[in-house]
Amino acid sequence: MPKFLIWVAVLAALIALPHGLSFSQQEILVFLTINVLLVASYRLLTLTGEWSLAHVVIMGVGAYSSALLTKKLGVYVPVSMLLGGVVAALIAVLLSFPLFRMKGFYFLIGSFAAGEIIRLLWKRFRDPFGGAKGIKGIDPMPDFSIGFYQFDFFEPTSYYYFAGVIVAFCLWILWRIEKSPVGLTFHAVHWQDKLAQASGVNVRAYRTLAFAIASGFAGISGALLAHYVGTINPNAFDIDLMVFVLTWAIVGGTATFYGPILGCVVLTVLNEIVLRELGLEQMRPLVYGAIMILSILFLPNGLESIVQKLTKRRAAKSAPERSPAE
Amino acid sequence: MLDLLAQTGLNAVYAASYISLVAVGLVLIFGVMGVINFAHGELFMAGAYAIVALYAGLNVPFFLAVAVGLLFVGCLGLLMERALFRPLKDNPLGGLVASIGFLMILQALAVMGFGVRMVHIPPVTQEVIAFSDKVRLPVARLYVIIAAIVLLSALWYFLKRTRFGWALRASAQDPEAAALQGISITQTARIAMFIGAGLAGIAGALTAPLVSVNPHMGHSVIVTAFIVIIVGGVGSLEGAIVASVAYALVHTFVTTFWDGVLADIVGLSLMLVVLIVKPTGLFGSADRA
Repeated sequence: MPKFLIWVAVLAALIALPHGLSFSQQEILVFLTINVLLVASYRLLTLTGEWSLAHVVIMGVGAYSSALLTKKLGVYVPVSMLLGGVVAALIAVLLSFPLFRMKGFYFLIGSFAAGEIIRLLWKRFRDPFGGAKGIKGIDPMPDFSIGFYQFDFFEPTSYYYFAGVIVAFCLWILWRIEKSPVGLTFHAVHWQDKLAQASGVNVRAYRTLAFAIASGFAGISGALLAHYVGTINPNAFDIDLMVFVLTWAIVGGTATFYGPILGCVVLTVLNEIVLRELGLEQMRPLVYGAIMILSILFLPNGLESIVQKLTKRRAAKSAPERSPAE
Repeated sequence: MLDLLAQTGLNAVYAASYISLVAVGLVLIFGVMGVINFAHGELFMAGAYAIVALYAGLNVPFFLAVAVGLLFVGCLGLLMERALFRPLKDNPLGGLVASIGFLMILQALAVMGFGVRMVHIPPVTQEVIAFSDKVRLPVARLYVIIAAIVLLSALWYFLKRTRFGWALRASAQDPEAAALQGISITQTARIAMFIGAGLAGIAGALTAPLVSVNPHMGHSVIVTAFIVIIVGGVGSLEGAIVASVAYALVHTFVTTFWDGVLADIVGLSLMLVVLIVKPTGLFGSADRA
């Protein structure tokens, strides 16, 4: 029962959260929600042991597809978001043919090159991608009402609730995938690829599957972003954001499902809210960089290792209490 | 037309010179330490700002400023080795993240010290070698070309003909076996880091009067260097140099005859093709992947 109560409390806190924040902080909250999906989908990819640098560009593929589908073909916005994810997954399948010939460091750089080529194509071709200035005036999500709450998508709070529900649903699917036999096979592909192969697992197919699923959800997060900010350009999906995703995942730790999400939330709050409030505007990257270095030096297993230690200690404490009763 | 070809060829030689200085340093660090130094572009940037501070700010003679810049960036490399890469020796992804953190610190320091805007540096020399009316080589660019040839030859001699170089190559090949032979891995790592960083520093210092110096200039440099070391095969110094020349030629010609963005696309596609055909790079071997 207490576990259920904790979830209710978390949910209530998440619903109440935007009401205590300033307008700009509410906007950061929306971006944070979208980035949580981005980094959680990235973890699915890292399950198979590959660290891609194309993930943010794939997110951009979702954003561009959804934006173009609504603008050129008049597709209804929520449908276009879903299609954005589908297109991103398809592009990932295409990319997997050259990329999965490589491993390790070569895959890292190869994926960077592939992503950068896509990004530069957006920049080079003004029709239909809008060139360096990108696409402007993307249709916003149409307002709607669910009886007790009126969604008005010019308000960040409304979009936060909308994106929050979608992201929560996607996280649930990602979590189910990870716990399914397919997810266990992903683990096997990472840690025991020779053994997995010898046991009849098609390693290549599973790597492609993980890449496609992760990319699909990244595409949805991109579409969520596009229809919120209303304008996208190639520079919004450059290596800088990718570096942030990478550090969220590594600083948070990738051994657990919540690790990368924890890293994303903690580092974003630290960077966007704490350091801004302290008035360290110019020194922000410096402090952020120092925190990254310190956390990797002193917390090599990520922030999740703190959580694991705390929960373990609690379990250890409660165990002897229970033993006399037994 | 012939003039244009000759001029573009000269531009390509200049580009190949500074790219190979940066890329060879990156390869050296990766070979010996097994870590991808994402901050390498920012070491280049630090070298350029050494010129801004000393030559443009304090009127120190240019070549003295370049020498100081080389030492300064080399020491930054030593700092990275001691503070980041040595403690994270068994954690390659950790080294990557730490170097990204270091990159952000260097960028922030440059912004705080010199501002975000590009800095104007008075030209070192206005002299131009004119081969014909249209084919000209500014002497400032010639300095970069000479520096690349001299330094890379010296490095080659150091690596292949001296005991230090022999120890360095041994620990790049097999750290454990090298350590068993009495080679100090820490010592070789320190030397590699100093040389690698110093080469990036001197490339930045020498090109500073020729490019727009700003805190984010390292970005395009590191991207180019990554392409080059992949095409050449990670861990291969000769490969890095050959790939630098090839990349500079292709990139300069496509930029001249079409445009810069297309040149980037062509460069990246070329690298992808090399990776597809030979996933370990042109000169690479499989064991270091």
